[in-house]
Amino acid sequence: MQLLEPRATPSKLMQWAAPPIAICLTLVVGAVLFWSLGVSPPKAFYVFFIEPLETSNGWSELVLKASPLILIAQGLALGFRARIYNIGAEGQLLMGAIFASAVAIWTDGSTAWWVLPAMVLAGALGGGLWGALPAWLKTHFNAEETLTTLMLTYVATFFLSWLVSVPWRDPGGSNFPQSIMFGDAALFTPLFEGLRINTSVYITIAAVVIFQIFVSRSFTAFQLAVGGQAPAAARYAGFSARKAVWLSLIISGLTAGIAGAGEVAGPIGQLTLSLSPGYGYAAIIVAWVGRLHPLGIVLSGFLMAMIYIGGDAGQVSLQLPSAITGLFQGMLLFFLLGADAFVNYRIKRRKVVQLNKVAA
Amino acid sequence: MLIPPPHNHPAPPGEPRLSLSNITKRYPGVVANADVSLTVMPGEIHAVLGENGAGKSTLMKVIYGSIQADEGEIQWNGRQIVIPNPAAARKLGIGMVFQHFSLFETLTVTENIALALDEPFDLAALAERVKIVSEKYGLPLDPHRLVHSLSVGERQRVEIVRCLLQDPQLLILDEPTSVLTPQAVRKLFETLRQLASEGVSLLYISHKLHEIQELCDSATVMRGGRVTGHCKPAEESPASMARMMIGRDLPVCVAPEYTGSVGTSLEVRNLSLESPDPFGVSLKDVNLRVARGEVVGIAGISGNGQAELLAALSGEQTVGKGAILLDGVDVGQLNAGQRRDKGLGFVPEERLGRGAVPNMPLSWNAMLTAHRQPEMRKYTLLDFAAARDFAKRCIERFDVRCNGEQSVARSLSGGNLQKFIVGREIMQAPKVMVIAQPTWGVDVGASAFLRQTILDISRSGVGVLVISEELDELFEISDRIAVLAGGRLSEAVPKEQTDVERIGLLMVRNTEQEAA
Repeated sequence: MQLLEPRATPSKLMQWAAPPIAICLTLVVGAVLFWSLGVSPPKAFYVFFIEPLETSNGWSELVLKASPLILIAQGLALGFRARIYNIGAEGQLLMGAIFASAVAIWTDGSTAWWVLPAMVLAGALGGGLWGALPAWLKTHFNAEETLTTLMLTYVATFFLSWLVSVPWRDPGGSNFPQSIMFGDAALFTPLFEGLRINTSVYITIAAVVIFQIFVSRSFTAFQLAVGGQAPAAARYAGFSARKAVWLSLIISGLTAGIAGAGEVAGPIGQLTLSLSPGYGYAAIIVAWVGRLHPLGIVLSGFLMAMIYIGGDAGQVSLQLPSAITGLFQGMLLFFLLGADAFVNYRIKRRKVVQLNKVAA
Repeated sequence: MLIPPPHNHPAPPGEPRLSLSNITKRYPGVVANADVSLTVMPGEIHAVLGENGAGKSTLMKVIYGSIQADEGEIQWNGRQIVIPNPAAARKLGIGMVFQHFSLFETLTVTENIALALDEPFDLAALAERVKIVSEKYGLPLDPHRLVHSLSVGERQRVEIVRCLLQDPQLLILDEPTSVLTPQAVRKLFETLRQLASEGVSLLYISHKLHEIQELCDSATVMRGGRVTGHCKPAEESPASMARMMIGRDLPVCVAPEYTGSVGTSLEVRNLSLESPDPFGVSLKDVNLRVARGEVVGIAGISGNGQAELLAALSGEQTVGKGAILLDGVDVGQLNAGQRRDKGLGFVPEERLGRGAVPNMPLSWNAMLTAHRQPEMRKYTLLDFAAARDFAKRCIERFDVRCNGEQSVARSLSGGNLQKFIVGREIMQAPKVMVIAQPTWGVDVGASAFLRQTILDISRSGVGVLVISEELDELFEISDRIAVLAGGRLSEAVPKEQTDVERIGLLMVRNTEQEAA
């Protein structure tokens, strides 16, 4: 029995209604989940989504977490529109963090103004290179970028692990796998006294503006979108498919790399093994929930940051397992993909069958 | 659920083989069949005549069990039945030859036929039966040949033999001649008449009036999902049937003399090209010249190098130095966009997905190739207002029926999208236009408009190359006609010096040379 039938044209309404529907379903199932864990759902939601925002520190943490998610998702969304699926932003983020840390470590003790900008550029370079590698593999060997970007994330993780364990290990760090703490010249300035939110959010704000203009008005973004929706039409128009691969992967690597630089030069202040709580992966969900739209991504980035912060709060105040954050992320994506089916399909309407069945 | 009767169950004398009453089938947003009734007698060749989108294919799918009607009754040999799926239809004795073949290229003829059988079989015995049946009906086939080595006509024979092996009482043929040479069409008709004389009923779907007049005993005419008339083709004229089919008189094109400046507009010199597709056709030493102000037609059945030649001309596939000249300039190594910069306009055979992006609005689709027009750019950014304006003008000038320039390409009918794409290319003032299958799947009214448009731009000094499977169309609009077969292009001759018969021979001869 087929329950769905194709729509004559994709539903514009469903396209935008899908994320709110997915969020509602996530909350409903989340409530059941809390209830089954023996926590009253209203209390859990209060701890998750309200309590953290009752303090200025909560707001600061929210923006601090939303900022890298939004930045990475902007780059990813560009590639996703072209159907080039970079799922290794986590690795590109780590490479960006490593490159930025290299600048910080090598200029340790310097108070020059250019240290921080150089770190951001180095981060962009590191992430960009880590994105360029799969682009090269794709254009020369037709290697699937979904696999190569993901696998290169593991390479980046192990590279980071080696760096902080051997050459860059802090001699005075009692053998912990981490680098020295960076000097002030290598750190973003806090925006408010006593809060962790820092000037790196300006980079994200600028990126949102640039991506909004780029996506809506640039010829390059138009070419990418055509290549993603109808490859034959892109060939027909003379748009290069190779250029699309290079551009998508390098730009998404670049934004992830800058986000990585923002972490080591921001709240963390050194190179460590655990510098990202999976921002690179969560940004994939942020991009989709934001409908690959630069402004939609801002909203979904804040939502995802809420889930991170709420998950932490849930662990502390309600003794919920840490897996709760991942569960919420997963449910959100799951329900979104489910709701997305209704963009192109609708539930079959029952109709009166008038065919007379005659027994043989 | 009905258990189908044994398939040899004979009809009572005088009883129709198949009788449909008041069949209605709805799809989201469209009624594909509305209250359709039709009767076919044993041994009758019955035409279902209608334009694309008239609902013929939907009706056949209902008969073959691929889809279920929402309303209406089906009577088979005097008994009311339900046909839940194609397997049940085959059990009843209904066979169908599809317009688009469903054959596996890497399997042999017999293996392909075996795949469609519902009952157990022995491959060796089956091969023998294939041979016997194919010879009996004048459809010679080597059961052991691999399908990829067969011509299109031979592939169709595989499909027909596949149906005949099941002793059908009713055979449905969906536009069977669209891929055949005129000579092969005649052979097919002989086979079909033989089948009819043995009592097999035939449902023959087509929009080609002269074929129906030549072959069919009776006809049901459809328009917009409804039956607009029943007739005996022998007693009608093509004009009267056309009126039933399109609701008015068949429009005609006028080709005025060209009086502008003379010169070569497009030239292809010794173009040889290995096809990247293992089952594709390589181009062999193709030479062609299109002058300003003329329409050159390339006849031939698709799959004879048409796709390869078009890609080479458009620049989707780049070729050697000096192989393609546009207005005297070598463009062989330029890509599609660069060739457009030099004045090439190109309309591909696939409109959705190649000529237009299905889910993008017309205004964005205008930009697909017209982005190079200066008014489309403002400080290096795209000017969407200009694109909307361009699309609006195109819609108006080329009579594109749609809900405005913001409607997505896939919401347009084939004919209207084609008008939009042709219009988009013409509005960029090309020096050369290459158009593939200009009226494929387009209704009669839009076809006439498109043909006239093609003639008009050629007479404004543009060199036009048209690649088409429709010989009638090429004879209507071309000044000269060449044939592409087996990757070789024959010399283009003035249409007055040739005829359908001779063009048909060229389609076959070139292929035979290839095989030799």
